[in-house]
This record gives sequence, structure tokens and C-alpha cells, in this order.
Amino acid sequence: MSSESEPAVSFEGVAKSFGARRVLECLDLSVARGEILAVIGPSGTGKSVTLRLASGQLFPTAGTIRLLGEDLSALTADALSRLRRRVGFLFQGGALLGWKTLAENVALPLVERDRLPPADIEARVRAALAEVGLADAGDLYPAEVSGGMVKRAAFARAIIEDPEVLFFDEPTSGLDPVMSRTVDGLIARIGRNRHAACLVVTHDLAGALRYVDRIAFLKGGRFLQVASPRELLAHPHPEVRAFLEAQSLEPTP
Amino acid sequence: MTVLHEPVDGAVRAFFAAIGRTARLVGAALAGFPAVLTRRDCRHTFARQLFIVGIGTLAVATVVALFTGMILSLQLGIAFRQLSLEGMVSTTMSYAMLREMGPFMTGIILAACVGSAMAAQLGTMTVNDEIAALEMMSVDPVRFLVVPRLWAMTLMAPILSFYTCILAFLGGALVGYTQLNIPFLQFIQGVLDAAEMKDLYVGLLKAAVFGILVSGISCSVGFATTQGAAGVGASTRRAVIYSFLAILIGGYFITRCFYVL
Repeated sequence: MSSESEPAVSFEGVAKSFGARRVLECLDLSVARGEILAVIGPSGTGKSVTLRLASGQLFPTAGTIRLLGEDLSALTADALSRLRRRVGFLFQGGALLGWKTLAENVALPLVERDRLPPADIEARVRAALAEVGLADAGDLYPAEVSGGMVKRAAFARAIIEDPEVLFFDEPTSGLDPVMSRTVDGLIARIGRNRHAACLVVTHDLAGALRYVDRIAFLKGGRFLQVASPRELLAHPHPEVRAFLEAQSLEPTP
Repeated sequence: MTVLHEPVDGAVRAFFAAIGRTARLVGAALAGFPAVLTRRDCRHTFARQLFIVGIGTLAVATVVALFTGMILSLQLGIAFRQLSLEGMVSTTMSYAMLREMGPFMTGIILAACVGSAMAAQLGTMTVNDEIAALEMMSVDPVRFLVVPRLWAMTLMAPILSFYTCILAFLGGALVGYTQLNIPFLQFIQGVLDAAEMKDLYVGLLKAAVFGILVSGISCSVGFATTQGAAGVGASTRRAVIYSFLAILIGGYFITRCFYVL
């Protein structure tokens, strides 16, 4: 069991290769409980791989990843499955099941895993959907709603069991600026209210600067800079500076 | 030399890894039968799959069975007429349909109509991260998706096989009556006289095994899908090809087990 002071997620010398292709090299990182950390970087640098390693969907070639105090590489399949009950994951496309309504999708972990009484499930689903602003959309199917609503429903599904750690894979990709801001606001509000550790992978540096506690800039399989938004803007690594300028964000003098 | 051998080694290794993966999947799905009885969602999917496998393929099975019976009867009639053995048409059809053709046709219809759709659906779910999402929610994708599909096909395949046999006999009797001058009821009586319970049981067993093979292969190939829409297309094609091969190879070995020279 993990203690409160222990990081919720930690990487120690983590490397990941796919065959001969080395994607990540010697990553060190930790995310504390209640902290929101964004992993930012150009396309193809291994941001999503980092997230999948942190959540135990992939395993490192070298190094150790701890999730809520557990070494992921040392866990059995059953133990990993149990650990995942304390974790929420928002996939890039939402990953909702097309033949179920939004409410049924949100209820899925409760129905399939916990087998709670129907009344309890309905109440919790209604509360989760209301929390993401979808109180009236529960009966709709994913194909009948916008991408933003799919993302928010997937968000509701990720938080339905009050997870201690939340992972977000490009939560604002494909969304308009208003919806992006709404989703960013949800991450900030829910992450803080529930004191959950949040690891967010995103391209949207401008959005992330508004609500994250720290930013880790990933390029060439390494973190070039891990800093608070203020620090990052004040003293950006040259590569980070180029990224900031490309997103029309000026480093602060 | 190493460079030349590497792709071959890789392909052989991948082939055996795929067989191992499919065998594990089938084992887990067969063992997961209680979920069909106890889990509401699993029960719903099972009922839906029963409908897809049974009712959904009925039209195709009807046409295929009827015309196969008619072709078989015509060809046998032409051959046996030269020997003045027209009466053997129904006997031969009984053996052929119950032992081999009924389950074989059922397997092929299931692979083409249902297995391909299973592979495409699970493949799309895989590339859309829906399978990963289930795993992240600690929902077992095998229990949730494979168990109802595999059991529905396994239970429905023998019924469909029996139905195709009946339709083929009717098609055969029709050709016998119209073109071979064999009375309709005499043809059917000839089929019944030749039919042995063992032929029926082995045929139904064979159909059930084909159901397991087709659904297991299709689900396994679907789960192994990569590379987006193109990957889904490739998985669908692979599922049909592997299912056809498994039906042929499996069919031979089941026959070899029950019928010896």
C-alpha cells in the first residue's frame, strides 16, 4: 500500500524500445497526489507511450514505474487489474462503446465490475454526468453527440469511481477552443476537488499553462525541462522556447 | 545467411504465437460460460449473438443448402444413372451431408457472414482504444466480448448444420423427382434409411467445433489488429482465410477420429 507522502506515479530511469526503435530514454519523473502534471512535446516523441507506461498498458524495457506505490512490472495480471480500479483513463477519442448510450457507458465499470444495485448505479451515473455538464444527454448514443460531448462522457466514466490517479491522453485534441477550455476546466476542477494525481499528455501548451502545476517537456525520448508554468515561461530550455514561439506564446522576460 | 533467415524465423514465430494466443483465448472463453448465465450484460450480448448467428444467416444458409443439395443430387444422378444405381443418390447424399457437407457449409457460412463481422468489430474496437479502455476499467474483454460470441456460435452452429442438411435433402429430393424420376418420398426414405445416429452426432459435433474455431480465430485476429482502418480490413480478410483453413484441417482430423478405414 502507498502512503500519502509517496508520489502517486513515479518513473525511475525508464526506457522503452519497440524492437530496434528506442522511443524513451532514461525518464525520471514523479507526480504527487493532488498535482496536475502535463507532458508536452512535439508529435512522435513518445508522450502517449509515457502515459501508457504509467498506466500499465505497456511495460518499460528498462527502469521502474511505480503507480500508487506498486512496481507495475512486478504485478500479476490480477493485481494490475485490481490496481486499475483506483485509476481513471481518458483516451484520446473517448473510447466509448458505440452500442451503449452515454449513461450506459458511464455505468459500465459499476455494472461489470462492482455489480452495485441498479438504483445506486443510476444515482452515481446521474451525478457523474451532471458534473461534466451532460445531465440531459445520458440517453443519447456516442454517434448522436459531438466530439466534445463524447470526451466529457468519457471523462465522467473515468471519474465514476473516484480514482486516485487520472490519466488524460490529448484531452482537447479535435475540440474547438471553447470546448477545449471547458475540458481543461474540468480537469483542473475535478483533479483539485478530488485530490487526484493527474498526468495529462497534450499538444495544447497554452491550455495547459492555465491549470497545471508542472510541465514536463519531452523531446528525443528525454524530458528536456520539468518546471512550473511560471518557471517554464521565465527560463525556457531553447527547444521549449521554439515550441512556445510556434504556439504564439512569448517567454516572459 | 542470418539476414535471409530472419524474416522467415519472424513469420514462423508470429504464426505459432498467434496459434498460442488463439488457443488461450478459446480456453478462457470456454471456461467463462458461467458469465452467460450470471452476468446481465453478457446474457444480452449472448442473446443478440444467437440472433445474429442463427436468424442472421438463415437466408444465406437456405439458398446455399438448397442449391448444394440440388447440385449434389444432379451430379450423383448423372453418375449413378450410368450404373443404373439411381437409388444410391439418396444414400450417398445422406452420408455426404450429415458427415461432411452440412457442418462444412455451416462453418463456411459462419466464417464468411459472422466471423468476418466479429473480426471487423473487435478490430475497430482495438484500434479505437475501446479494448484498452475496458482493460483500464478492469473489465475483462474476454468475458465481456468473446464469451458470449463464442458460446452463441458454438451452440447455434449444430442447429444451423442440421437445418442445412434438411434443406439440402429437400433440394436433392426435388431434383430427384423432377429430373431423375425418383419419387419424392422414396428419396427422403432413402436418406433416412442410410442415416445413422453416429453420422448425425459426429456431424453436429463437427459443426460445434467449427463454431469454436471460427469465433475463436475471428476474435483473436480482431484483438491483434493494428494500424487503423487498413488494419481492420486486413484482420477481416485474415479471419476468413484462417477460419476456412481451420475448418478444412479440423474437419479432416475429426473425421479421422471417428471413421477409420
